[in-house]
Amino acid sequence: MVEHRPLSDIIAYAILTLGVFIVAFPVYLALIASTHDAATVVGGNMPLTPGSQTLENYYRAIFVGGSRTSREPVGHMLMNSFISALGIAIGKIFISILSAYAVVYFRFPFRKTAFWIIFVTLMLPVEVRIYPTYKVVADLKMLDTYAGLIMPLIASATGTLLFRQFFMTVPEELLEASRIDGAGPFRFFWDTLLPLSVTTIAALFVIQFIYGWNQYLWPLLITTQDSMQTIVTGIKKMLYTTDELAEWQLAMATAILAMLPPVAVVVFMQRLFVRGLVETEK
Amino acid sequence: MEKSVVFNNKLLPYLLLVPQLIITFVFFYWPASQAVFQSFKREDAFGLTSEFVGLENYQTLFAQPEYYKSMLTTVIFSSLVAALSLSIALLFATQADKNLKAAGTYKTLMIWPYAVAPAVAGVLWIFMFHPSLGTLARPLRWMNFDWNPLLNGNHAMALVVMAAVWKQISYNFLFFLAGLQSIPKSVLEAGAIDGAGPMRRFWTIVFPLLSPTTFFLLVVNVVYVFFDTFGIIDAVTGGGPAGATTTMVYKVFADGRLGGDLGGSAAQSVVLMVIVIALTAVQFKYIERKVQY
Repeated sequence: MVEHRPLSDIIAYAILTLGVFIVAFPVYLALIASTHDAATVVGGNMPLTPGSQTLENYYRAIFVGGSRTSREPVGHMLMNSFISALGIAIGKIFISILSAYAVVYFRFPFRKTAFWIIFVTLMLPVEVRIYPTYKVVADLKMLDTYAGLIMPLIASATGTLLFRQFFMTVPEELLEASRIDGAGPFRFFWDTLLPLSVTTIAALFVIQFIYGWNQYLWPLLITTQDSMQTIVTGIKKMLYTTDELAEWQLAMATAILAMLPPVAVVVFMQRLFVRGLVETEK
Repeated sequence: MEKSVVFNNKLLPYLLLVPQLIITFVFFYWPASQAVFQSFKREDAFGLTSEFVGLENYQTLFAQPEYYKSMLTTVIFSSLVAALSLSIALLFATQADKNLKAAGTYKTLMIWPYAVAPAVAGVLWIFMFHPSLGTLARPLRWMNFDWNPLLNGNHAMALVVMAAVWKQISYNFLFFLAGLQSIPKSVLEAGAIDGAGPMRRFWTIVFPLLSPTTFFLLVVNVVYVFFDTFGIIDAVTGGGPAGATTTMVYKVFADGRLGGDLGGSAAQSVVLMVIVIALTAVQFKYIERKVQY
């Protein structure tokens, strides 16, 4: 480094600590609120230290549901979120690794066309064509199904581009060697390319899992039955109930439960997460 | 760069492409073309018949004062969020780029909000600033400040902006830090030898060298504000009060849900598509330029 000033380090620590505090405070408040009883939270004088209702609140949020509202318990919403997030991540990896393999390792008429057909999807997120997509899914009788939650969200090019980019960096000698050994396209894919792609697959999985878990508008539109709700769409319904007294302590417990899986993924798989984030944006 | 060694199968590549192409056509091209098609048609109240009306839906749309209001809201919202989240993230990233012992820990502690769903972030912020029970609304009341984001449009906007910025800092921080770390140390040393202090070095060396990252992030942030903040707005304000936080994307959703003015909603979708395509084009142009850097 250029010069070393102790004062500059102190300032850096101070600013970063302030930053971490700003970033963490909203979540800390939610965590605290989820440990108090309803009256303490609604009273507007909630202390900043944990209360004694933790187990009760989380137990009620997960298994029982609200008392005043007709709200469903969160347990099965968590399940729905897991299924759709996994479906989106695995589905996207599956279709895009195959199409990238076709585009990179084969020569065939309309190869460029096929690539562009896929590539254009980058430009329009699902929010822009939300009602027409809803109508297609309704016509296919996929409302309130996992397929309806998953399939429209995997129609995008990010995975294909990522795998294409990675396959381009795989040395050509590997393919030559495999062919000399008599390997066909299936053997080469399975024995050589797939093992090499493990890190890329994992990075894409991490990003897509978070993306799928955090979906809001799409599940909100296509799920009408409570049994198909995801946890992210479920929270808001707890706050805006017809009767005035929303049970904030349960809503906050739900918010904590809703952010736990994706945040855990980011913290514990940080390297893969950063890699996936940087590479899907290229 | 193209591979020179390839397989020669005739049918297999098409079979490999089929899953993605089917999904892309069914869930992307079909609905997108429906949106364009529908924007030129008008359905009767029961959705039984529809007739071709040309540009009428667009004319109606651009005659609505609310539509211009939503455009203005979108512009204000995106510039505030982009400006704030970029500058705050840059400040944190420059500090984390110093050779600190705990830099890795700080990085982890800064990036996790990326994983919080926008709708959940919205719920956290409305809880914190709720006029009657919010922990941070209390000090505002003590100062005799009549804080009420549920009734006051400016307060609602401020709250939505704060929640959106909070969620976006982590992303910008990560990319700024990567950008800072890729600046060669020798350039900074040369600046120091010429007698430039830390501030001067930042503005004359670091900031210009960081401009590709900044520009890339600017585009990404605008796209983020356009689409990903839907959950925040819906959770915090529901587009209100009195439409003060209704962005263009939120209006597509609200208009289509309320009255099934599908033609009008489709026309709005098409306008949005044009904006997004323009933004993406800008981004690609820039990426081509970055290659020459």
